[in-house]
Amino acid sequence: MDMASKVIHAYYNDDDVLMHAVKKVKDAKHHIEEVYCPFPVHGLDKAMGLGSTRIAITSFIYGCIGLIVSIVMMDYIMIQDWPQDIGGKPSFSYLENMPAFVPIMFEMTVFFAAHLMVITFYLRSRLWPFKEAENPDVRTTDDHFVMELAVHDNENELKNLLMDTGAVEISVSEK
Amino acid sequence: MYTFSNRLKIASIILMVVGALGIGFGFISAPTTVEEAKAMVASHDNDHGDAHAVETSHAVEDGHDAAHDEHVLHQLQNKPWAALYVAAFFFFMIALGVLAFYAVQRASQAGWAPLLFRVMEGITAYLVPGGIIVFVILVLSVMHMNHLFVWMDADVVAHDKLLQGKSGFLNPTFFLVRAAIFLGGWILYREYSRKLSLKQDQADDNSNFKMNFRISAAFLVFYLISESMMSWDWIMSVDPHWFSTLFGWYVFSSMIVSGITVIAMVAVYLKSKDYLPDVNDSHIHDLAKYMFGFSIFWAYLWFSQFMLIWYANIPEEVTYFVTRLEDYKLPFLGMFAMNFVLPLLLLMNSDYKRINWFVIMTGIIILAGHYLDIFVMIMPSTVGDQWSIGIPEIGAILFFAGLFIFWVFRALTKASLQPKRNPFIEESKHFHY
Repeated sequence: MDMASKVIHAYYNDDDVLMHAVKKVKDAKHHIEEVYCPFPVHGLDKAMGLGSTRIAITSFIYGCIGLIVSIVMMDYIMIQDWPQDIGGKPSFSYLENMPAFVPIMFEMTVFFAAHLMVITFYLRSRLWPFKEAENPDVRTTDDHFVMELAVHDNENELKNLLMDTGAVEISVSEK
Repeated sequence: MYTFSNRLKIASIILMVVGALGIGFGFISAPTTVEEAKAMVASHDNDHGDAHAVETSHAVEDGHDAAHDEHVLHQLQNKPWAALYVAAFFFFMIALGVLAFYAVQRASQAGWAPLLFRVMEGITAYLVPGGIIVFVILVLSVMHMNHLFVWMDADVVAHDKLLQGKSGFLNPTFFLVRAAIFLGGWILYREYSRKLSLKQDQADDNSNFKMNFRISAAFLVFYLISESMMSWDWIMSVDPHWFSTLFGWYVFSSMIVSGITVIAMVAVYLKSKDYLPDVNDSHIHDLAKYMFGFSIFWAYLWFSQFMLIWYANIPEEVTYFVTRLEDYKLPFLGMFAMNFVLPLLLLMNSDYKRINWFVIMTGIIILAGHYLDIFVMIMPSTVGDQWSIGIPEIGAILFFAGLFIFWVFRALTKASLQPKRNPFIEESKHFHY
């Protein structure tokens, strides 16, 4: 790695222009460090050549854990610890009372899958409370997209390429 | 233009012939007297050891015994009819489910779907023969050729306060009038929409397309009401004492998931024969998503119906599930795995929804599961514990599968498989997940 690495920021104000720009830069065999967007752009991850996400797999695992937790939890609450007679159905057998627990199993599965997936996503994206924002320009939270490329003694070449792709502004900075 | 390959045509005709033989065998081998029925049950018990011995032995009194034998005779006589009816309804239901899905795509002006419209129109062509066959079976029931619908028997109604109370709605004349209105409405929409769809290909404006949008929205209103009432009439009324308020939805969920599955299967088949060049994996992916989603929807309704009745435990309601759990345990619980657990796990992964043969294999499980679903709706109150899946049942499936394939693929040859002037056709071609 370079000691003081220089980066180039190209600004765009349209997601379609951005998508074409990303494809063009990739075709010219340059590595895109990051793209900052005010909203998710469909297909951007594929165009940038990012690996596919594994968050769905984690979500499936969390869902399975939630299902197991709900089964064990309902067994403890309703069968082992304090069996109750609800609607003439004495709770001494888990299997015979299982249909009543299905809505809870469903809810716990969804609860675990959803919440733990979101938390995983935040951790993986290095987002936590009081985290300093990483985006280089406040306009990327409003109406601008910024593509970030590392500069390796090819500043002018990159500038020309990026201007061709329809960038509305280009800046170079130390990172 | 699609040409109906000879191999497929011959296969469908063989299915029909073999199926018709199976159906005929079922009718010929049904008992005509109480003695024959008793002999059949006795030999059946010997075949399977003493599994049923307990049930037959507790008819102690002579009077009760005779009534029981008479009952078994009626159940065995119903068996070939019930086998025919379940298969006839199942394949008819696929076409009706596709019609509803097609109307939703039309009414919502969906951009992804137009490339598949001709496939859907081909499948809904089966509404005419399928609907007529179901209607004929219902007419024969009214004419007392069978005892599928116990409330059609004036003798039974005379001794039954509940059925007398329902007879204002549940009487043979009104029953057939309703069936005629439902079938007439569905077929009318199908034929008119198809005509507009074909006219749009030749037109130089979008008036046919707009008209199709309007009639599809109107049809959906009619469909929602008529489908629900059809499910009470044609299915729920075989158990005339029992009722469930979400039954219409439950039958709908079975119908729509089977229909979408068949759309996916036909589309994949045609693609494999180099038709439908513009249908890409994203279209198949979308259909598989619908198969996945509606399978969960089906399970939600199945469980909602089951849990409320199980929890409340009211005798006249819970008897429906007691019969199924006692006499139909394997198909009743098996279909839950086939219609929910397997589609859920198999189609969960996004990539698998794009693998065509994988969608076909899952589709076969779904279709078999929903056949069992209809089977478990009809059989318990028509043949009781005398059910089996033997020659009459499989024969009926084969016959209607053959007729379905023959009619659908013949209809597909009638028009270009790709609509030419649908305003959304470009969007559909570029549909990308």
